[in-house]
Amino acid sequence: MEDRLRRTMMFIPGNNPGMMQDAYIYRPDSIMLDLEDSVTMAEKDAARLLVHNALKSIDYGDIEMVVRINPLSTPYGRKDVEAVVKAGVHVIRMPKTETADEVRELEAEIVKVENEIGCLGRTKIMAAIESAEGICNAFAIAKASKRMMGIALGAEDYCASLKTQRTPGGDELLYARQTIVVAARAAGVYALDTVFSNLDDMESFRKEVELIKTLGFDGKSIINPRQIRIVNEVFAPSEKAIEKARKILAAIKEAEKKGSGVISLNGKMVDRPVVIRAQHTIDLAVASGIISKEEVYE
Amino acid sequence: MSSLKDRAEGIRRVAAAMGKEVYSGETLKNTVFRKDLQKSDHKVVTLEEAIVRSGLKDGMTISFHHHFRGGDKVVNMVVDKLAQMGFKNLHLAASSLSDVHAPLIEHIRNGVITKISTSGLRGELAKEISHGLMKEPVVFRSHGGRGSAISTGDLHIDVAFLGASSSDPAGNASGYSRSEHAKSICGSLGYAKPDAQYADKVVIITDDLVDYPNTPNSISEHDVDFVVLVDSVGDSSKISSGAIRDTKNPRDILLAMSAADVIINSGYFREGFSIQTGSGGASLAAVKYIREKMIEKGIHASFALGGITAHMVKMHEEGLIERLIDVQSFDRVAAESIKNDPFHKGVSANEYAAADESGSAVHYLDIVILSALEVDVNFNVNVLVGSDGVIRGAVGGHPDTAADSALSIIVCPLLRGRIPCIVDEVTTLITPGSTVDVVVTEYGIAVNPRRGEIAERLRAAGMKVVDINALKDLALEQIGTPDPLPFGDKVVGVVMNREGTVQDVIMNIED
Amino acid sequence: MDLKNAAAGTLESGDIMIQIAPAETKGLHIELDSTVAAQFGRQIRTVITETLTGLGIEDADVKAVDKGARDCTIRARVTAAAVRATGKDVWA
Repeated sequence: MEDRLRRTMMFIPGNNPGMMQDAYIYRPDSIMLDLEDSVTMAEKDAARLLVHNALKSIDYGDIEMVVRINPLSTPYGRKDVEAVVKAGVHVIRMPKTETADEVRELEAEIVKVENEIGCLGRTKIMAAIESAEGICNAFAIAKASKRMMGIALGAEDYCASLKTQRTPGGDELLYARQTIVVAARAAGVYALDTVFSNLDDMESFRKEVELIKTLGFDGKSIINPRQIRIVNEVFAPSEKAIEKARKILAAIKEAEKKGSGVISLNGKMVDRPVVIRAQHTIDLAVASGIISKEEVYE
Repeated sequence: MSSLKDRAEGIRRVAAAMGKEVYSGETLKNTVFRKDLQKSDHKVVTLEEAIVRSGLKDGMTISFHHHFRGGDKVVNMVVDKLAQMGFKNLHLAASSLSDVHAPLIEHIRNGVITKISTSGLRGELAKEISHGLMKEPVVFRSHGGRGSAISTGDLHIDVAFLGASSSDPAGNASGYSRSEHAKSICGSLGYAKPDAQYADKVVIITDDLVDYPNTPNSISEHDVDFVVLVDSVGDSSKISSGAIRDTKNPRDILLAMSAADVIINSGYFREGFSIQTGSGGASLAAVKYIREKMIEKGIHASFALGGITAHMVKMHEEGLIERLIDVQSFDRVAAESIKNDPFHKGVSANEYAAADESGSAVHYLDIVILSALEVDVNFNVNVLVGSDGVIRGAVGGHPDTAADSALSIIVCPLLRGRIPCIVDEVTTLITPGSTVDVVVTEYGIAVNPRRGEIAERLRAAGMKVVDINALKDLALEQIGTPDPLPFGDKVVGVVMNREGTVQDVIMNIED
Repeated sequence: MDLKNAAAGTLESGDIMIQIAPAETKGLHIELDSTVAAQFGRQIRTVITETLTGLGIEDADVKAVDKGARDCTIRARVTAAAVRATGKDVWA
C-alpha cells in the first residue's frame, strides 16, 4: 500500500458545493465526500453528479480524495461507483462492510468501470466496519483485495449493533478499535478511527485522539476543520523522537556509503522496522511543520 | 499711600492709553441656588433655536460623527429639521455614514444636501451615489486624513452637530452617562473631537442632560456653543453588541491562526509591543491566539489601539496590555471600560491617526491587522468599493495604520463565493501597496518584496510564503476570469490620500 | 426531447438552483438571477447552454438562481435538472 500520511480524513456532505470548494484550504490528509448518510434519497442523483464534477474540476493538490458510496445493495451503489471511478477518485469508501465477499463484489464493479475507461488498477478501496459481524471478519476484510487501503471503524452503527451507546471514555469501543488495528497491521493496511461529534468539547476530542494514537491508529475521521490542528498536534512527533530518527537515517546513509550491510548506531544494531519507524517519524515531523524537507539530512 | 479715589485720574489715563474702558465698580452677583441656575443655562436650547443662533446659511458645511454607528439618529434628525427650515446646498461632512442614513437620498434629490465628505458609505445611499445621484463627487478621507483636513482648514466646518450620551448644560459631553437616566452608550467620542475643537459653532445633541459638572468628559464646554436635549440620539442595540462572540466560522479561524502565526514570528512580537486589530471575525479570533502566545511566552503589550473591543479590554484587565487607546469603542464592554478605567484613554482622530501629528498613536504602533475587500498584486488595498462597482465600505483608519505601523498585515480570503479578492488591480486604491507588508489568505501568505526580512523570518519559522501573483492565478483558475465592470464616465467619488493629495476617483456604475 | 418540469440545486452560498421547463418557443431561453451577474453572467449562461446541448437538449426554458456557484457546480446542477426533466440518466 502506498505509504502516506492519513492522520485526518475530513467528511464533507456530497450535496454541499460550498463546503466541497472550501475543503482544500484546511489541508486534511484526506477528504471524504459523502454520498451515503448525509444525502437524502431524493438528492442521491444530484449529489452523485456534484461529487463527480467536483472531483474532475477542483484542484485538491496532494490531498487524497475519498468518496463514501452507498452500499451496492441499494439502487445507488453501482451508479456511485461508475460516477466516481470515471472522475478519478483515489479511494472508494465502502460503508457497513461485513464480509470479504462484499469487498470482492465492489472490486468487480470497479474493475468493470476501469476497464471501460482504460485505467485498470487506479482506484483503491477502504472498508468501514460498522457492526459486530464486520469486526469479527475484520482481518478477512482487510485482506480481501490488494486494492485495500485501510479499514475504519464506524462507531455509531457498531454501538447500535452491540446494543450499547457511546460513552466519553470509549470503553465500549475498545475491543473493536484494537481488533481493527491488529487486523490492519496483520494485513498491511491503514487503521482509521471513527468520528467525534461534539464540537464544543475539544478537550475530550484531544483525549480521544491521544487514546487512538496509543492504540496504534494511523488517523481519525473528522467532521470539522477545527479538529485538524488538534489531531496533527497529537500525532506530531516529539523533538527527542525526531532527533533519534535523524541519527538512525544518518547511520543508514553512512552504512550505504561504506557498502556495509549492517547498520549500527551507538554500538547497537539497527533493525529494519526501526528504520521504517524512523522514516515515518521524519515524514510526520515534516508534515507537522516541525522541520522542513531540506532540514532532514542536514 | 493713596486711595482708589486718589488714583482715579491715573486709572483713566492708563485705560485711555490701553484703549480699555474703566471698571464700573459694580459686579452683579447671581444668587440663585446653582442646581436651579443650571436649568436656565443660556446654552440649552431647542434644535431649531440652535440652528438659527449658530448662523448657519445655505452653502455652509455641517458635520457629524458616526459613534452611534447603525443606531445613529442624529444625522437624520438634524437634516430633516434643516430641510424643514428651508436650507439648501449644504455640505454634509460626516466622519462616516451607514445604512441608516438612506433618508439622505431624498434630501439630496431636493437640493438640501449637495456635497458629502465622509470616510464611508453603505446601503441604499451608497448604491444611489454609485449610480450617479449627486452632481458633486463624494470626498472620501481616512480618519486620520479627516482630522488633518479639519485642523489645517482644508475641511472647514461651520456648524458641528455632535451627538453625546450625556452632557451638562455647559456642554461637557461624553459617549456614556453616569446618571440613572442614561439612555445610550457609545464610549469614545474620538471622531467628534476635531469637529468640537475646530468648527465655528458646536451644537451638542444629547439624550441625557445631566447636572454640571459632567466629568470626566470627552468634549469640553469650552468648545461648545449650544446644548440640545432630545428623546434619543441612537438605538443602543444597534450601537454596540453586548458580549464577546467568538467566531465558529472555520475559514475565519484558519485565517486568524495564520495571522497570529505571522505576528508571533514577525520579529515584532516582543516585550512592550503595541497592536491594533479590526472588529471582523478573523481579527477578533487572531487576538485570541495572540493572547495564548503572550501568556505562554510571558510577553506584555504596552498598548492596544483602535477600535477597542471586549477582547482587548479583557487582556488589559488580565495585565497583558498596559494601556488602551481608544478612538472608537467597538462594543459595550469597551464603552463601559473607557467610562470606568483611567488607563483606557479616549483620543481624537488626530491623536489617533493624523499624518501631521507627530505624536499620533499610529506613529507608535508596531502591528496592525486589517481586512480588505480586494488586494492587488502590488499589495494595493481596496476597502471601499465592492466587486460589483458599488460603494459598500469605509476608508476608516486603514491607510493611516498601514502607513505608520511597523508591520501591517491584511487578512483577506482569496475568494468570497465566486468573487476574487486577490486581483491584478484593485477597483479603487485606498491603501497604497507601499504601506502594506503581509497578506494572509486561506491559500497562503504573501509578503511584500519590500519586506524581505519578514519573509525570511516567516520561512525560518517553517511557514510557507507564496508569491502574491501565484495567489491571484490560483483564484482565476478556480473561478474563471471575471468580465470588467460596467463603469460610466462620471466621477462619483474622490479618494483623498491622508496627506491631502488626490489619490483615486470612483466612477459611476451602470446597470 | 420531451421535457417535464424539473429542478435541481439549492439557494445556499456557492450553489445554483436550476429549473427546467418545456420551451414555449424554439431554442434555449435562460433567465439568470445571479449575485455575480456583472462579472460572471456571460460565463454562467455559456456553461448552462453547453451542458444542455451536450445532453441533446436544444429547446427549454431555464430559470437559474445563482449564489456564486463555480462552473463545475453549475454543470452538475444543470445535468441533474436535465436528467430529472428527461428521465434519462447519464450513468449506465
